[in-house]
Amino acid sequence: MASIREQFEIPGKMKTWALGLIAVGVLAMIIGLVTKGMGDEHEKTVFIGTLMYNSLFFMLICNASMFFICATTLAMGGWQVVFRRIPEAISTLVPIFGGIAWVVLMYIVFIDHNHHIYHWLSEEAKTDHILSGKLGFLNPVFFLIWTTLAIGLWIILGAKMRKLSSEADEAALRGEEPGKSFVWRNTVSASLFIVWFALTVGSTVPWLWMMSIDAHWYSTMYSWYTFASSFVAGMSLIALFVIYLKNKGYLEYTNQEHLHDIGKFMFAFSIFWTYLWFSQYMLIWYANIPEETIYFKTRVQGPYKGLFFLNLIINFVCPILILMKRSAKRNYTLMTFMAVLIIFGHWIDFHQMVMGSLSKEHVTLGWLDFGIAAFFIGMIILFTGRALAKKPLVPKYHPFLKESVIHHT
Amino acid sequence: MAKKKFVVGCFDDEAVLFPAVKKVRTAGYKIHDVYTPFPVHGLDHAMGLRETSLHTAGFIYGITGTTTALSCISWIFTKDWPLNIGGKPHFALPAWIPITFELTVLFAAVGMVLTFCYLCQLAPFVKKHHFHARATDDLFVMVIECTAKTNEADLQGFLNSIGAKEVNVQEAEADWWFGRYDQEQQLIRDTKVEVA
Repeated sequence: MASIREQFEIPGKMKTWALGLIAVGVLAMIIGLVTKGMGDEHEKTVFIGTLMYNSLFFMLICNASMFFICATTLAMGGWQVVFRRIPEAISTLVPIFGGIAWVVLMYIVFIDHNHHIYHWLSEEAKTDHILSGKLGFLNPVFFLIWTTLAIGLWIILGAKMRKLSSEADEAALRGEEPGKSFVWRNTVSASLFIVWFALTVGSTVPWLWMMSIDAHWYSTMYSWYTFASSFVAGMSLIALFVIYLKNKGYLEYTNQEHLHDIGKFMFAFSIFWTYLWFSQYMLIWYANIPEETIYFKTRVQGPYKGLFFLNLIINFVCPILILMKRSAKRNYTLMTFMAVLIIFGHWIDFHQMVMGSLSKEHVTLGWLDFGIAAFFIGMIILFTGRALAKKPLVPKYHPFLKESVIHHT
Repeated sequence: MAKKKFVVGCFDDEAVLFPAVKKVRTAGYKIHDVYTPFPVHGLDHAMGLRETSLHTAGFIYGITGTTTALSCISWIFTKDWPLNIGGKPHFALPAWIPITFELTVLFAAVGMVLTFCYLCQLAPFVKKHHFHARATDDLFVMVIECTAKTNEADLQGFLNSIGAKEVNVQEAEADWWFGRYDQEQQLIRDTKVEVA
């Protein structure tokens, strides 16, 4: 054990890249604020909408890491133990991105009262017979309480899981009794997180934050769709960090067998995402009711047509064809490529989900989107690196460590 | 149908079996097969078997299912018997996806099961020689094919030395044949096994 490199040191290059990306992002944000944020109502809406979908997307994919830990813990999974410090480190971004997303959302609702984004904020919503029925859910007070609770409890429950994980570095965990108690306490806090995750990401929060942009429209698939989108991108993010650390000579115990299983997650949840995409699309297409088809009007027939089909090609056709083969999931280069592609694809997906409703006349994807995304990516690299350096990379006394080391796919 | 001579070594421990397989292969003997009571992880790798091509076959069956469904439905609904269903276009792709999916799965599943049976030579009335009845219970039975150059006595001694609990030589049908178990003249439980 002594010979393996289990303490991560942040390479200078990683820090430079992270700070560089953040600087690009901040610059883009400032230029965006001056050129768009001070412009007319529409320009302003585009600027805030871009900030909003980026912060939501990156917060949700970091939170997906904690979901991954909790789901595998509850399933008594052992295979992920050798690299579980990586999703743990990624999940330390939730407080930061959660804070940013909270500020953006609260700015929209309380300071800007932007009814171009949230139509339910406007005065006419009270007399609109569809919206007035929804106002018990879509109102600023509930929005504030539920958003704060959602993000706050993700932070608290996630921190609890990370704290528990630190116990696995201490020799006191050796032996049957402490091991059993450790597994039990992990199970309890993982279930708490999962239940809260189901009540938020799995249902209410995507309705509140994103679906309510099209205040009249609704889809029962929407939250699961958002969850699938963020989870598959989250798995890809984990894969990227695993491969990065592996390239740097860390994670000796993690090998192709583990990469293969991460690849399976990426493959399976790409298909799951497609399944939800199709379930949402086909029912609306079949019923052909105007108040439902309005969501797809701008996307399938309007200016978002290209992005809409690009979305399907990147997130469905590519994963199913490229990741299907066993050898592809065990290939570090191909997995890196696919992980980047999937994260990009679901970022595009979030873009069209939010901006498709905010800028119906023309697609706004451009330097501002990429600039702000650069900011978040830089933050992920910087803070994940820092979190990785804080703890040993392998939880040495985790009861399932051996199972993970000898994992065979 | 050709009878061949086999040297059979029985092991009662996986931990002994793995190095034994390796040693037998290094010594240059040809392993006919290893019969185990349960699937042993990594044994195929140790025996040097190639990766199964069952999944490639499955992919081809799946693609066949997809093409069958799409070509069939599109021909029926656009050329052969166009119907106006709910005012939808004749070429109504989204409505066909569930059926296409089902047919893909059906073709892949049925095709793979049949291919699996074919590869494993499993079918009603197809019989194969059982080298040791306890292979279905608690013994790992390694069967080595004898060639003209094989010295059976040497090989038996070698198997004993690498941990075999029971070693014997059997002259048996290497391939499968048609038959019925209840009409087999000599039941397996009565089979005399030479013990070295």
